[in-house]
Amino acid sequence: MAESSNIVRVTDVYKTFQLGKVEVQALKGVNLEILRGNYISIMGPSGSGKSTLFNMIGGLDKPSSGKVFIDEVDIAQLDAYELAWLRCRKIGYIFQTFNIIQVMTALENITLPMVFAGMNNDAATEKGLQLLELVGLGDRYSHKPFELSGGQQQRVAIARALANDPAIILADEPTGNLDLTTGEEIIALLKRLSQERNVTVISATHDFKMLNVSDQVVWIRDGTVDKIEDREELSISIGKIDTRH
Amino acid sequence: MVDQHIPLSGKEDTTSVNRQIVLPFAKSVEISLKSIKVRFFRSLITTMSLVLAVSFLGFVRVSNDVANGLLATQDRQLRQAVIRAGYDIGPTDTNVGASPKQRWIIILSLMVCVVGIVNAQLMAVTERFREIGTMKCLGALDRFILRLFILEAGMQGLVGAGAGALAGALFALIGALLRYGPVSLAEVSWVAVMGSFAIAIAVGCILSLIGVLYPAVVAARMQPVEAMRVEQ
Ligand SMILES: Nc1ncnc2c1ncn2[C@@H]1O[C@H](COP(=O)(O)OP(=O)(O)O)[C@@H](O)[C@H]1O
Ligand SMILES: [Mg+2]
Repeated sequence: MAESSNIVRVTDVYKTFQLGKVEVQALKGVNLEILRGNYISIMGPSGSGKSTLFNMIGGLDKPSSGKVFIDEVDIAQLDAYELAWLRCRKIGYIFQTFNIIQVMTALENITLPMVFAGMNNDAATEKGLQLLELVGLGDRYSHKPFELSGGQQQRVAIARALANDPAIILADEPTGNLDLTTGEEIIALLKRLSQERNVTVISATHDFKMLNVSDQVVWIRDGTVDKIEDREELSISIGKIDTRH
Repeated sequence: MVDQHIPLSGKEDTTSVNRQIVLPFAKSVEISLKSIKVRFFRSLITTMSLVLAVSFLGFVRVSNDVANGLLATQDRQLRQAVIRAGYDIGPTDTNVGASPKQRWIIILSLMVCVVGIVNAQLMAVTERFREIGTMKCLGALDRFILRLFILEAGMQGLVGAGAGALAGALFALIGALLRYGPVSLAEVSWVAVMGSFAIAIAVGCILSLIGVLYPAVVAARMQPVEAMRVEQ
């Protein structure tokens, strides 16, 4: 652990999609190192390649070339079983569309990853209830997704992402389908959890509300990393913007 | 900034004994049952063609059982009644088997039924892209998805085939009662009827499983990104 505190390392990643006869280059040589425990925002306009990068880091899709390392393990080398293990134990995913499994209650959604991880039913239920409490939904455990508001569904998704104490939480536009205040609440929750549980949060977004809580912002434009700003530089540049107006 | 603890999961990384991904059988059954219940109407439609095909099979077989019971009495009048009912039997035959024509119609109806099931299950898979993708993001292996679909089809098959066989046998017995009178139910071999009933249920279950095989493999092989993309 001492030799590297990078939880994620992306080296020279290209991704090309074949759309009929046209090739779309979504990522054009992305390099990125993400420190353990940081809160990272991947910022960029729509279509800049954020989701594509998100999928690469999460092991949901494979780069056309280049490598992605999670905890210094090249995820291209993992077999299907190890990849499933990675998704189950190491990474928690949060999506713009919440992706709560509709046929299950809030609690069942949260316990499913624990079941996959081999935890017994009672322990999983107990931990699931704790997690619901943690995200502020202690009394909603038996609710079906359609009985919950968007913000509540996203809270369930966050609790589910934390189920197996992952090292990384990956969030793709977590506030994209939420109104302003609900979005702020979700961001604050993610920030709090990342600090309390020391989880690395990597969030793809074009929501500037994220800037305040980020330790580092990766600006993406047209499939390449435009610039990477740390918190200190960021407050300066935001300060500039503020004084300009 | 944030202090650098070693995250919980970092510890398990070194001890590979914990590297297991499981879905206990009881849990699979629970999830499958829930899926059927929630999508009850869809499940009903998927099962309907099976109910019809199996009830046809049950009807034909039990009708034959009744005719055989009547022939076994050696009573000439009953034999005439069976012939009048449309069975082709020669003067020396002592039982009616399924005629080639009958067999063909049955096979055809079962094939139509399988095609119907494949079609309905493929649609069910498409509807559930997102759910499948989400499960895979949570760590589900291909075979969990496969198992869930097969379990669902198995349960639908059992219920559908049971209902179909029951309906078919009942219609056949009521028809026999009306056509030949009470003597038909007195003479019929109930062992044979139960046999036909069991065969109809077994065939129904097998068809249901054959029908879900391809759609389930499609679902299981799906990559999580493909599954997540189908939003717009
Ligand atoms: N599966 C795909 N097939 C073809 N093109 C794609 C696919 N996924 C993404 N793209 C293209 O790649 C580019 C980046 O997309 P995306 O990563 O979704 O951007 P963002 O999330 O930043 O809005 C876009 O031009 C998009 O059209
Ligand atoms: Mg996107």
